[in-house]
Amino acid sequence: MKLLGERGVQRLLAGIAFSAISALLLIALFIIKEGLPFIIGYGPAKFLLASDWNPQLGRFGIWPMIVASVWVTLGAMLVGAPLGVACAAYLTEFVPRRVMGVVKPTIELLAGIPSVVYGFIGVMVLAPLIRSSLGGPGLSVLAGAAILGVMILPTIISISIDSIQAVPNSYREGSLALGATRWQTTYMVTIPAAKSGIIASIILGMGRAIGETMAVIMVAGNAVKIPGSPLDSVRTLTANIALEMGYATGRHREALFATGVVLLVIIMILNSLAGMAIRKRAAKR
Amino acid sequence: MSSEPKISVSELKAYYGREQILMSVSMEIPPRMILGIIGPAGSGKTTFLRCLNRLNDLVPGFRTEGRIQLDGQDIYHPGFEAVGLRKRVGMLFALPVPLPKSIYENVVYGPRLSGIGDRNRLDQLVEASLKSAFIWDEVKDRLHSPAMRLSGGQQQRLCLARILAMEPEVILLDEPCSGLDPISTAKIEEALTILKERYTIILVTNNTKQAARVADQTAFFLMGSLIEHGPTQELFTVPRDSRTGDYITGRFG
Repeated sequence: MKLLGERGVQRLLAGIAFSAISALLLIALFIIKEGLPFIIGYGPAKFLLASDWNPQLGRFGIWPMIVASVWVTLGAMLVGAPLGVACAAYLTEFVPRRVMGVVKPTIELLAGIPSVVYGFIGVMVLAPLIRSSLGGPGLSVLAGAAILGVMILPTIISISIDSIQAVPNSYREGSLALGATRWQTTYMVTIPAAKSGIIASIILGMGRAIGETMAVIMVAGNAVKIPGSPLDSVRTLTANIALEMGYATGRHREALFATGVVLLVIIMILNSLAGMAIRKRAAKR
Repeated sequence: MSSEPKISVSELKAYYGREQILMSVSMEIPPRMILGIIGPAGSGKTTFLRCLNRLNDLVPGFRTEGRIQLDGQDIYHPGFEAVGLRKRVGMLFALPVPLPKSIYENVVYGPRLSGIGDRNRLDQLVEASLKSAFIWDEVKDRLHSPAMRLSGGQQQRLCLARILAMEPEVILLDEPCSGLDPISTAKIEEALTILKERYTIILVTNNTKQAARVADQTAFFLMGSLIEHGPTQELFTVPRDSRTGDYITGRFG
């Protein structure tokens, strides 16, 4: 400490803090620098909206992958959002605090399971189940959505719990004193009052789902085509980058960076939407 | 006072965990009048009030002994439903707590829960209850704007209207004017003196003058015990217990 002194420590900490931010900035800059010239050179409309991806022939249309990512993510929302919000509402409103103290950390542990393990379960259990009961290849939009839906539960549940707990107790008492039951209070007063935080949790969950790679590669099948039904096999934007980066060169490599740019933009939009929802809540107080 | 008591409390004891808050309170509350409850902070008046609509049920570790009867029915009987009780016994809190909805939606919240869906009926209820709470003229042109935008005094009167819309039998008020300006306070007091013709009103107040102004009977609580209960005039002029006199004249509390 003596060596550095008060101001020295402060500078050191500032340097460390900014290096974390600069890592983020450098990654973003690097991807944009590598990918943006390709998008402009190839034509943004052709790149985003054409549906043939054939690097050998120099065709780089990522529309099927965009559609696939959207489908899988929306599917994951359909699975994860209702489950997550219902779980958060139950844990905060209907369960004694002690039980909550055990259950919430357990749910957060779910976030610590490596995505490969989720993928593994998807491949070994879910895909065969879908194949035998619903038909199709099994490795599909449905499998991807189900697995991602479970993966984003911890995000949705823990942020929703925080925002539901932040609702002042006086709202609940006011409603109960008017003869409402606990459930009526929960869905007519508490959840609407926590709405912005719940929306933010869902958007953040969406960001996780769209960016998830490993589990999706393992369970979604990776065929480059626009899916006709939830049972079709698809390749998402993230899967496309991870699968082909190893051997891609030249234009092909640039095209994958450009895919990364698209992904980055989507996730940035989602995160700022979540930020806006949270700030809106803060402004209301 | 020949009529049957609306509420009769016998040997009510209340505990939060191990701490005893109420020491065997017994009291009979006649119908259609205002009972004022006074006493220093921590004397158990709010706890007593919250026993009457069983709002304390939700507090972990809370329990009661003794009996409270509403129209002769034991409200802590296992077969008695707390939700139904709270429809008959409305409560106004110290801080106004409008729900984060429009003025109109706040008033119809209770009636909707009771299953009233008819638009005309609801409109009538809204107008009647807002009028009874002396706030109709101030909000009639903006019934669908957010209740949170009203001033504190208006919010409190809206909360009163919300209770009236449920057409309860008893209204509990927990220091309803503690955060209000004198004009809003006067309006609420005026509303109460009219409402007592139809409802049994129990008013917990930190302001002894308020009890003297509006209450027909007054009860004095101290350290969880009911010290004295009688007609307001008598309690304020010739208190039977010296502690009551000391409190009223401001010697402690």
